[in-house]
Amino acid sequence: MLRLPPFQYLAPKNLAEAAHMLSQEGERAMLVAGGTDLYPNMKRRQFTPPVLIGLRGIPTFKNISGSAEEGMHIGAGVTLTTLAEHPLLLAHYPALATAAGSVSTPQLRNVGTIGGNLLLDTRCNYYNQTEFWRHSIGYCMKKDGDICLVAPGSPRCWAISSADTAPVLVSLGASVRLVSVRGERIVPVQDLFRDDGIHPYTKATDEILSEVILPSATGWQSVYLKLRRRGSFDFPILGVAVSLSASEDGTVSEVRIVLGAVASYPVVAKDAATLLIGQRLTPETIEAASTSAARRAKPLDNADLTMNYRKQVATVYIRRALSHFLNSNYIK
Amino acid sequence: MSKQEQNRAQPVHPYTIVGTPRAKVDAYAKVTGRAVYADDILLPRMLYGRILRSPHAHARILSIDTSRAKKLPGVLAIITGEDLPQKFGILPSSQDEYALAIDKVRYVGDPVVAIAALDPDILDEAIKLIQVEYELLPALMSIDEALAHPEVKINDEARIGNIHKAVSYEFGEIEAGFAEADYIREDWFYYEGNNHAPLEAHACVAQWEPNPSDPIGGKLTLWTSTQTPHYVHRELSKVLGIPQSHVRVIAPHVGGGFGGKSDPFSHEICASELSRRTGRPVKITCTREEVFLLHRGRHPVKMWIKTGVRRDGSLTAMHFRSFLDGGAYGSYGIASTYYTGALQTVTYTLPCYKFEGMRLFTNKPPCGPKRGHGTTQPRYAVEVHLDKIAFDLGIDPVELRRRNLIEPYSYTVNGLRITSCALGECLDRVVERSGWNSFHADKQIVAAGLHAENGASSAVTTVKRGMGLAASSYICGAGKPIYWNELPHSAVQIRLDRSGGVTVYCGATDIGQGSTSILAYIVAEELGIQIGRIHLQTADTALTPVDLGSYSSRVTFMAGNAAIAAARKLKEQLFQVAAERMQVSPERLYAVNDVIYDEDDPGVTLSFEHAVQFAEARFGALVAAGSYTPPEGIHGDYKGAGVGPSPAYSYSTCVAQVAVDEETGEIVVEKLWLAHDVGQSINPLLVAGQVEGGAYMGYGEAVMEQQIFRKGRHKIPSLLDYKLATTLDTPEIETILVEIPDREGPFGGKEAGQGPLNPVIPAIANAVYNAVGVRVDEVPITSDKVFKALRNQSQGKGMGLQPSPIETPSPWPTRLIKWQPEEHQSAMKRQSDHTSLQEGVL
Repeated sequence: MLRLPPFQYLAPKNLAEAAHMLSQEGERAMLVAGGTDLYPNMKRRQFTPPVLIGLRGIPTFKNISGSAEEGMHIGAGVTLTTLAEHPLLLAHYPALATAAGSVSTPQLRNVGTIGGNLLLDTRCNYYNQTEFWRHSIGYCMKKDGDICLVAPGSPRCWAISSADTAPVLVSLGASVRLVSVRGERIVPVQDLFRDDGIHPYTKATDEILSEVILPSATGWQSVYLKLRRRGSFDFPILGVAVSLSASEDGTVSEVRIVLGAVASYPVVAKDAATLLIGQRLTPETIEAASTSAARRAKPLDNADLTMNYRKQVATVYIRRALSHFLNSNYIK
Repeated sequence: MSKQEQNRAQPVHPYTIVGTPRAKVDAYAKVTGRAVYADDILLPRMLYGRILRSPHAHARILSIDTSRAKKLPGVLAIITGEDLPQKFGILPSSQDEYALAIDKVRYVGDPVVAIAALDPDILDEAIKLIQVEYELLPALMSIDEALAHPEVKINDEARIGNIHKAVSYEFGEIEAGFAEADYIREDWFYYEGNNHAPLEAHACVAQWEPNPSDPIGGKLTLWTSTQTPHYVHRELSKVLGIPQSHVRVIAPHVGGGFGGKSDPFSHEICASELSRRTGRPVKITCTREEVFLLHRGRHPVKMWIKTGVRRDGSLTAMHFRSFLDGGAYGSYGIASTYYTGALQTVTYTLPCYKFEGMRLFTNKPPCGPKRGHGTTQPRYAVEVHLDKIAFDLGIDPVELRRRNLIEPYSYTVNGLRITSCALGECLDRVVERSGWNSFHADKQIVAAGLHAENGASSAVTTVKRGMGLAASSYICGAGKPIYWNELPHSAVQIRLDRSGGVTVYCGATDIGQGSTSILAYIVAEELGIQIGRIHLQTADTALTPVDLGSYSSRVTFMAGNAAIAAARKLKEQLFQVAAERMQVSPERLYAVNDVIYDEDDPGVTLSFEHAVQFAEARFGALVAAGSYTPPEGIHGDYKGAGVGPSPAYSYSTCVAQVAVDEETGEIVVEKLWLAHDVGQSINPLLVAGQVEGGAYMGYGEAVMEQQIFRKGRHKIPSLLDYKLATTLDTPEIETILVEIPDREGPFGGKEAGQGPLNPVIPAIANAVYNAVGVRVDEVPITSDKVFKALRNQSQGKGMGLQPSPIETPSPWPTRLIKWQPEEHQSAMKRQSDHTSLQEGVL
């Protein structure tokens, strides 16, 4: 069994105390909620923080409020199981419920949180290995090394954004609230990410992601499709999230197609969306949009199954995600 | 009531315990977490040990500096290769491992240094302070590379290049056989190999008890998660230089083995040596990554088959070649090599058969036996190959098989004795239950465009269904031991206590399959007592008589027969005193449920306790032993004939139904029907558990598990990334037990632990072809491969995805052994008829 490195565990009782502790401890500290991503990484020594600040004891982190009409507020500590089973989400934000329900296993969804999933460390099968394995191959630039082992000539890290909820929240146009001793700010989820495998988040080190804010679902439909080898539990090797609103005659007024697990951040396929806006969904328009969106998928050989395959089925998955709206009679 | 239900309702055998479903004797302890596994053991003053392993696939060790680690407070002992210079290995013919590497490392994970310290945190620190200087050597990571670079010598056991073992046999006249054929087909297949992935990682605790008055200096006890305490006992003694009389090996509860805990391992030897040096108990528990690295898993095998058939589908000749990727050390590899060829003749009648096999050393973790040892890969290849032949000839795949079934109580062309065989029944049952005929009839109608199911919606679906079938056979225990000897393969002692307690002692090792329970059922059946009064003492080399181990599906057959023999001796004593007491002749006595009674007058009884007391008064302490040795005359008389023979063979058939997405290549295995010829189930619930376990594991191997190496190392040595199927992924399994008792099996019983896995993989492969019309001739059949195969087909690049052929060495690098079965067989048959008459039917 791999063992955790020693660390000090702080248990703030409220958000202000947590923010204060984080500001005091600075770079020595990391935040932990469910710990389903952090603890395995600590066991493998990707992280060895001397201090962990546990967010489990903050009551407001578990709140869910709002409605489909006015939008919803979801505390960062709400578990993925709660999200997957929440009646309002199932009815009005089905992509989010699907994505939350597709993360890992029931046991891990019972402790894993929305905040933790959104801030999941990027993944790469050269990086998510034990200390022994990484030592054996000579380490990579994301941790303890100098080069990218996937693309040795590359000046950057290509670790993959692998959170199921991330592309969905981007496609829904959701935001997050970031709180620190300096104050707080609300940031669109899309802006939380940057194209950098090593530092994939724009969140400052003293900021705490306290809640996710969903916009109104009125007029919107959403879907999430996930590719993985093993149906029971796996990280996505492709995620397709689409949110769409259409006018009464069936022309698409707004659509956001977002791809997960194809880059270090959730990739928004803007060109593809542009092709659909003002059009009705037909097999032809869907095919054109899918082909365009799939061009944005540039998988590398650092996740499961072959990269050519992941690239090639992206078109199919995007087409199926869009076709979902045809099957659900998007024109009421 | 249907005929089938009627059959079930009637008792088909005369037993009270045998044949009835019931929980394992240790079920409660296991499900409540009370059962003690090796890693649960905590002893006073116990130290923790760990092994520093090679980070390089192939390198020379220039120096090892442990001085800084030794100075770290809390580090009590550090050993390196020179401290344990005696070579060892499971097979006497492959003594090629060191407990810790000397001079060279041969794969990423090869053990180099072992440390004992007060706690695991100190080990973490200490291991970083050890400096090992390596000179890198070229690493060979595949069969092709190992053949292409004989100048890079991985292991000195290889006489030519990296060829560890080459074998070559011709049984009957192969050229004449092909000359008789109307049709000949050749195919290449590749089976990638995989890890056993038992839930319990390997662990052990060693305790050296010093005794200055003993010239040896003390005694060693090792608790270890092993399938083969007897072999560990022998190898420990050899490497440590401690006589076997001073070594005790105990297997506590074992959390699964599947063949992966059948070798003596470095961590077992190192824990023992560290304990001897420190005078304190030492525990070593492997990480999951280490389980992948110490491996001994299924060999990757590339195979070529050429088969001749007549127009009616009857086989005239088969020529089979296998190339095994053995990894860095021998392990069971020589046996594995033989097993890739030996059992081809046991499922279908082959008039002549040629087999050439070779095992190559590569710079990967050593391969060994995994459930189906060496037969799973060729079974996959042969069953898919035959499916292709059936398609080529326009014969129903079931019919093709039916025309070639091996005969019960016969001899194969390579001299193996077949006893009971219910393969035909298995085939009938699985075809009937799966609705094979109607499925294929409907499919043809759909294909002809005459019928669209569910109206218009089927026109747009990209999901296609298919059904495939395969058959197989497996040994019920290896007919020969691993080291040459004439001793029994299994022995059981039973002690009856005047309190009415019964203690059964046997070296058999329960790795979850239920062998301990089987001993209890058999003894209870024979003595006519309730299972609850039986105490079971197993897998302890100081307390229990030798059983060779839980491998080759041998335990129920061999330990079961030994238990029957022991129990009968005691029963005779009990009946003798009971007969006198009850004043009836012993022939009229019958024992059931703790009571001995007169069959003609069941009111006349004597309790089991009283019978035991009378017997003890008469005979003194009541202890009896029974043992089992496989019969003679079950194999040919050529060199190498020792791999393949078994006192009996089990038979299995499988039908798989799959749904394949033509656009994405994704496969869903919807259902598996598995019929298994078990002879007679001792506990049908445990047999069904083994069949389902085989089906589950076969399913995972067929479509999910990938043992890939990249840049010299295992690509994904974790249970997140190495894709094992979970309960949720596992398809529905319908188990069909076919019970036609074997003349020599215990109560007619045969094995169930390994055989049922074998037909699953080819059945799924054949079903995928039936669904989408492409062949992926390598395992696992993953979605990316199906996708590529479909692409290849649509672009006119063949029928699917075929592995690249291996340039066959010419001449084959070993002498051809030619053997003619006729004369030998008739002589053996006379002898066998004679022995079975003498022994009667159990």
